[in-house]
Parts: sequence; C-alpha cells; structure tokens
Amino acid sequence: MVGKKVKLRIIFLSIFLITIILSLILILKSLENEIVYFISPTEIKNLSELDKNKIRVGGMVKEGSIKAYENNISFVITDFKNEITVSFTGAIPNLFAEGKGVVAEGILRDRNYLVSKKILAKHDENYIPPEVKEALEKK
Amino acid sequence: MFKNIEPLKIYSITSKAPKYVFFIFILILSIGLVEALILSPEDYIQSHSVRIMYVHVPSAWLSLSLFSIIGVLSFVILIFKNKNLPLITKSLAPSGFLFSIIALVTGSIWGKPTWGTWWAWDTRIISMLILALFYLLYILSWRIFQNKKDLNNITSIISIVGLINLPIIKYSVDWWSTLHQPSSINLINGSSIHQSMLIPLGIMTAAFALFSILIFLMKYNTELIKIKNKGLDRL
Repeated sequence: MVGKKVKLRIIFLSIFLITIILSLILILKSLENEIVYFISPTEIKNLSELDKNKIRVGGMVKEGSIKAYENNISFVITDFKNEITVSFTGAIPNLFAEGKGVVAEGILRDRNYLVSKKILAKHDENYIPPEVKEALEKK
Repeated sequence: MFKNIEPLKIYSITSKAPKYVFFIFILILSIGLVEALILSPEDYIQSHSVRIMYVHVPSAWLSLSLFSIIGVLSFVILIFKNKNLPLITKSLAPSGFLFSIIALVTGSIWGKPTWGTWWAWDTRIISMLILALFYLLYILSWRIFQNKKDLNNITSIISIVGLINLPIIKYSVDWWSTLHQPSSINLINGSSIHQSMLIPLGIMTAAFALFSILIFLMKYNTELIKIKNKGLDRL
C-alpha cells in the first residue's frame, strides 16, 4: 500500500524524532537540579554543603509564624516535614499569607535560616468565589 | 491521501465563510466578555485579578492546539508529499503566534499582582516562550526560503521539532517545581475551578477558537488568490 519512498521517509522521521527526544531527555535529566525553580526545606536539610550563592526556597508559610519587626518580617516556610526560618526585608506580594504557598529568594545563613530580599507568592490551582469558600469552611 | 481536498474547488465555500464566522465570533465574544468581566464572581484570594484568567488560559490552550494541528499535518506533508496541506498549516500559524504572545503578556500582567513579579525563569514560562519562538521560526521560514521544492520540507521539519516542546509545556508544572501553579482542569479529577468561573472560561475559549478560524480562513483565501493570480490551475 505504501510505496518504498514513503516507507523510507517514515523511518527517517522516526529516527530523527527519537534522536532529538533522547538527547533532550539526557540534557533535562542532567540539569534537573538547575531546572527546578525552587527547592524545599527538606532538600536544604540534605544539602552536603551550604551554597554561598542565592537560592530559592519554596513551601507553605506556617500558620501563626509571621512576625513583623521594625524593618523586616520573619516567617517559617514548611513542607510539612522540615522547616526553615526566613528573615525578609522588602515589598510583600498581595497574596502572601499564612497557609499559602511562597517562594523566598536569598542567602542561607545555616540550614535553618535564610536571609531574603525577595519573596514571591505562589498560588494554587483552586479558583473559588468567596461565598462558596465560606460555605465550604462552615462544613 | 487527501486528494479530495481541491483548494480551488472549495474556494467558493471558504471565500464566503469569513463573514458568517465573524458574526458568530462577535456574538460569542460579547457574551463571553459580559460573563467574564461582569457576571462571574471574584476569587476568594485573588479577587478581581482572577479575570485575567479568561484571556490568559484560552490563549494558551489555543496556541498549543494550533501548533499541534500544524505539527501533525506536517507529518502527512513530509511523508505523503501532500501539496494541499501546506496551505492549511501556513494559514494556521498567524493566529497561533498571536495567542502565544497574548498568553505570555497576560501571564506577565497577572504575575505582577499575584506572584509579585512580571517574569520568572520558570520551566512553564520558558517553554511557552520557546513555543512563541517556534511559531516565529515557522512563519519566517515560509518567507526566507525561496526554493519551492524544499520549502514544504523545511517548514514541516521546524514544526515537527517544535511539537516535542508541547508535552514539556503541558507537564512542566508536574515534572519540576515551578512558580506557575499546576493545571486546574484534569480529565480524571475534574476541575478545581468553580463552575461559575468555568462557564465564562468555556465561552471565551469558544470565542478565541472562532477568532482562529476567522484568521485562518482569511489567510487561506489570500493564499488561494495568490495562486490563482499566478495562473496555476492546481498547486
């Protein structure tokens, strides 16, 4: 049904695609640690040595952990296994709140303490009108 | 394969279609905009900035779907040397490119009030930027290369390579930790967007899809007229 040339083109395209996909997988695998936008408090606990460069830590802002001081705030990022305390100076994004996702960029003092000048709020995939949210919480 | 699609024979249909499509597009868009901007509720945490979603998400969906159509048709072009499909894939690209740009720009506008930044080097955003660049490469390759014989092959190869990027865009939020939130609509688990917000999202997607069809038809007709003027009776 299919001619010899058509068959050849199908084989060529398949090999072409497999080659690109395999090389891409190899590159992405080797860069896995660089590609992630942030790391979790648990991954920081497991670091073999402390990075002197800027890193990003992401997780939930622990309930009741936000404390405001004169010119900075401190809060705790948790991934529900490990925690890290963040001291932050700068502009706070609108969606930053306790119990919500956050990504803090800064320099590690030690495995439990990050000094940050930039935080980003991370929001989740739920979109709910306020009245419905209230009704859900009452349940 | 596809021998029955004779462009010059269906021209009588495609030349009349745009005005009807335009009418339906305006109708659906007006309903969609009223639903999205006025009738739909605000979000419990994002309040009114959630309305950017009704432009951002349909644009992203359409730019992805249009590119997948171009990519899949390109396989047929390359393997079966089809002479009529290149006109279709070529005409699909402009609206896809436009929507990928709209998705990036509205994402940036949305990112500022919610995340606190215009831009982040996050895999979802980078892969979306790559998609826009692939669209640009695809559109430019039609203009740059002169040799008619190789033109179909070169453009098809570009779109097939670009096709690999699509699963990366789709699954980037699951494979790596990203600033971009995971997808809200899932075939198995349903949607985590409340129904009152899902309806305007659906209507806006339909409106944008109609816009793509409109631009596609206009571009397709222009290409056909170009061929007619050259006095060729087939492609």
